[in-house]
Formats: sequence, structure tokens, C-alpha cells
Amino acid sequence: MFHIVFLLQILSNYVTLIFKIKNNWVIYMIEMQEVYKKYPNGVSAINGIDVRINQGEFVYVVGPSGAGKSTFIKMIYREEVPSSGTITMNGVNLAKLKMKKVPLFRRNLGVVFQDFKLLQTLTVYENVAFALEVIEANPKYIKKRVMEVLDLVGLKHKARMLPTELSGGEQQRVSIARSIVNSPKVVIADEPTGNLDPETTWDIMKIFEEINNRGTTIIMATHNRDIVNSIRHRVIAIEGGKIVRDESRGEYGYEN
Amino acid sequence: MKIRTIGRHARESLKSIGRNGWMTFASVSAVTVTLILVGVFFVIMMNLNRVAETIEQDVQIRVHIDVAATEDDQGSLKSRLEAMPEVKTVKFSPKEKELQDLVKSMGEEGKAFKLFEQDNPLNDVFIVKTEKPQDTMKVAKKAEKLDYVTKVKYGQGKVEKLFSFIKASRNVGVVLIFGLLFTAVFLISNTIKITIIARRREIKIMRLVGATNGFIRWPFVLEGLWLGIIGSILPIVLIGIAYYRAYDYIGPRLTGTFIRILPFDPFVFQLSGILLLMGAVIGVWGSLMSVRKFLKV
Repeated sequence: MFHIVFLLQILSNYVTLIFKIKNNWVIYMIEMQEVYKKYPNGVSAINGIDVRINQGEFVYVVGPSGAGKSTFIKMIYREEVPSSGTITMNGVNLAKLKMKKVPLFRRNLGVVFQDFKLLQTLTVYENVAFALEVIEANPKYIKKRVMEVLDLVGLKHKARMLPTELSGGEQQRVSIARSIVNSPKVVIADEPTGNLDPETTWDIMKIFEEINNRGTTIIMATHNRDIVNSIRHRVIAIEGGKIVRDESRGEYGYEN
Repeated sequence: MKIRTIGRHARESLKSIGRNGWMTFASVSAVTVTLILVGVFFVIMMNLNRVAETIEQDVQIRVHIDVAATEDDQGSLKSRLEAMPEVKTVKFSPKEKELQDLVKSMGEEGKAFKLFEQDNPLNDVFIVKTEKPQDTMKVAKKAEKLDYVTKVKYGQGKVEKLFSFIKASRNVGVVLIFGLLFTAVFLISNTIKITIIARRREIKIMRLVGATNGFIRWPFVLEGLWLGIIGSILPIVLIGIAYYRAYDYIGPRLTGTFIRILPFDPFVFQLSGILLLMGAVIGVWGSLMSVRKFLKV
């Protein structure tokens, strides 16, 4: 059943793609137009952002603390809704997305956090399988797919352990495995290496690179200057709720 | 929803009961205490109700028939009484029997009335019973207007008072039971809320990986259900035993009076069913109320 749905999804995506190309529409993975975000307490976090991100891009989001990076990221996975403007992902307008549709939307993307957000009572395997269980996938498929992604992040041999028995880097790898287990088109990472030592950071970055090479769009907020300067990708710098710099193979541009 | 998903929810809810040991204990004891209160109260209410019913059953209307009435007149009066929709039975009681009853009820002094046996001053009487006791007054009024009826007696004044007293006590009982149930739901929703606050993170992560609200809610609803059911076991057992003992003790002492308490079987079994259902409902309701808040983002 799951396979049929999956195939249908691919087919329908393909059809819409052809349709859009025929009509000379450019489709962006993520597109923000005139986005403003003011919190109920009066803080204006985002003050007019226009940005387009293509499928398969790797984007660093940089900027000083409190510049609006987090809000920017949160709006992409629909944790926050813009006060005005539109955000579309794959043609879906997130600003107008109904509450009921939010879970369905989230199944198309993966999110990775600084604090891993793993369930401490579940094993590594269960934590990853969890993301497929909630979408009621076929148990056989779950088993196969979970082992596949655990292999990708290099933790196949630790599937039965609890998160507390793992190092920080390993925990982050579990959370990355969970974020990609349902083959999302976009992975959003909010300072994924913020809690890790430099060496582990490189391991994690290698995994992100690998995921990106397989065609997944990656948007990563980071404070790590070394990463941005050595693994060159598009850099979007946010200050005061505005994009102040957007370079295709940019530098970090801040003193740490 | 798929069957294996239902299985997963059931497993998750049971696991969670085991994991949150102390909170489970707190919720279960809240249900237990409330259901014991409700149960005891229910037992008392139902038995009082039973007594009230027996008293109500004893209320009858005595329609005195005019001496001038012939047998045919009496017959037509009887059929007219029976034709009333509220009336259940009409029984003829000749004046000789009425006198005997009177003599009997007066005891020693009643012997003085024996003189009347030669010239009985009493009337023949129709004893009318109504379908519903509350209709007594209505039927009495209607009967008064019929031909060949001299007097209608049903314990005027007393019956009205009795009925209004029974009605009031029933209402008070219903209000009290609802009050107790409301408190129980409140208590349980609060305890479950605490367990849910402890698991806010879990809910957040579930939402993050794309779980629908329904999917998140189910294990909590089932958990509430289990808590309610577990919580109702002790009250059922306690009240069952207590009622069994009480029935053995009180039952024989009531012989000879008009009061009867409800028999153990089926009353206790019905009560158990009600308590189980109440436990389940308040458990589910409580968890629904508290999980709702965390699903709004």
C-alpha cells in the first residue's frame, strides 16, 4: 500500500513538474515574499525578507544572535506563521496552511536541532522508526528503511542502545537519521553542531554533505565559522530581521 | 486507522502507565476515592428510592359509592373509572368488609362499632390504584365528578406532602451525584495534565515528525481509559463486599416492616457496571480535556 502511494506521489510530482515547465513557471523549493514577523510581545523578528531557494541547494543561514535566524528557520517548518507575506514550499503556501494540514506538510521535511530532541526512553532504532510509525508506514518497510538510514549515518551497530548511552555526536547522527528517514525534499538544521566538539562537527557535516549529494535541499543555521569557510555553499546572512548578504559560495563574514 | 496502529496505541498507552508509575497511582487513587463516594451515595440513593417507591405503591384512592346506586349504576361507575388512562386497577370492597377492616384497625375499642353490623352506615367503596403514583390527585379529582360518588379519599394533604418530599430528595441526590462526578473529572484531568506536562517534549517531537493530532491523542485517551477502569476495580469490590454484608445484616431486621432493601443480585452487578462505565468515561474525558491544550500549536 505504502509503495503504491509513494509511486503515485512521484508520478503526480512528475506531472506537475512537466505542467509547470510547459507554462514557463519556475518552481522553487522554498520561496519567501515580503515576509514580516512580529511576535505578540511586540518584537519584530523578521522585517521584510524575499528569498528563493532551489531544489538541491545547500544554504547556510548566518548572523549574530537575536538577528532573526531562528524565526527564519521556524517559519520554514511552520512552527511560526508570518504576520504578513507569503512562504511557499513546493507550491504550498505555509502562511495559509490549515492547522489540520500541518502534520501532513511536516512529513515532507526533516528537522534537526542543536539539542537533538530524541526520546530518551526509546532506543536508537525506535527513535528513528518513530518518524515512520506516525505516518503509519508498512512495518516491513520501516524495518528496512530504518536500518538503511542508520547505516548511512554509521550507527547500524548501535541500533539497540538508548540515546543516553551515546556520545553527543552519535546522538546528533540519530536525529539526522530520523530527519531523513521519510525521504524528505528538505532538511532544516538549527545549529546542528552547536553542542559538538570540532572533530565530531566534521563527521556530522560529512553526513549532511552526503544527504545533499543525494538531492536533498539543506538549510542550516550555524555559528561555526570554520565550517562555512571551508565547505563552501550559499550563505544567507540575516541581521535585524533582514537579509544583508546572499552569496552563492560565500564566507561566514563574522568574527567569532 | 489501521489495525496495527490501534495495536501500537494500546501498547504505547500501557507502556506509559508503567513508566509514569507515581502519576498512574495518583490518577487511579483519584478515580478510586471519587467512585467510592459516588458508589456509596448511589447505594443509599437507590435504596431510599426503593423505599419511596414502596410507599408510593401503597397510595390508593377510595371512591365511596352512593347508597342509592343500584348494581347497574355501580357497574357503569366501575367501567368509567377503569376507562381513565391513568388507572391501573379498580377493586370493589363491599361495606361489610369496610366495617370489618374498621373494627380491626381500632383494636379493642373497635368492638364498640360491632353494633353497626345491624345497620351499616358505611358506603361500598371502589379502591382505585393508578399506574403512576403521581397521578393520584388527578384521578381523585376526576372521580369526584362522576355520578353516584359521594366522597373520594386518598389521604388528602398527606399524600401531596409525601410526594413533594420524595421528589425533592430525588433531585438533591441527582445533583449531588453530578457534583461528585464533575469533581472526579476535574481531579483526573488535573492528574493526567501533570503526566502530560512531563511528556510535552514527546508530544512536540511527535508533531515535528508529522504525527496528526488524532494519532498523538489516542495513546493518551487509552491511558485515561485504563486509569478509569483500574480505578473502578477497588470501589466495585469494596462496595460489593460491604453491600453483601449489609444485606445479610439489615435484611432480616426489616422483615415485618414495609421497607425492603434492594437484593444483592442484580443490584450490585448493575452498580458495578455503572461504576466501571463512570470510571472509563471520566478517565477518557479527563485525558481529552488535558491533552487538548498541548495540541494547539
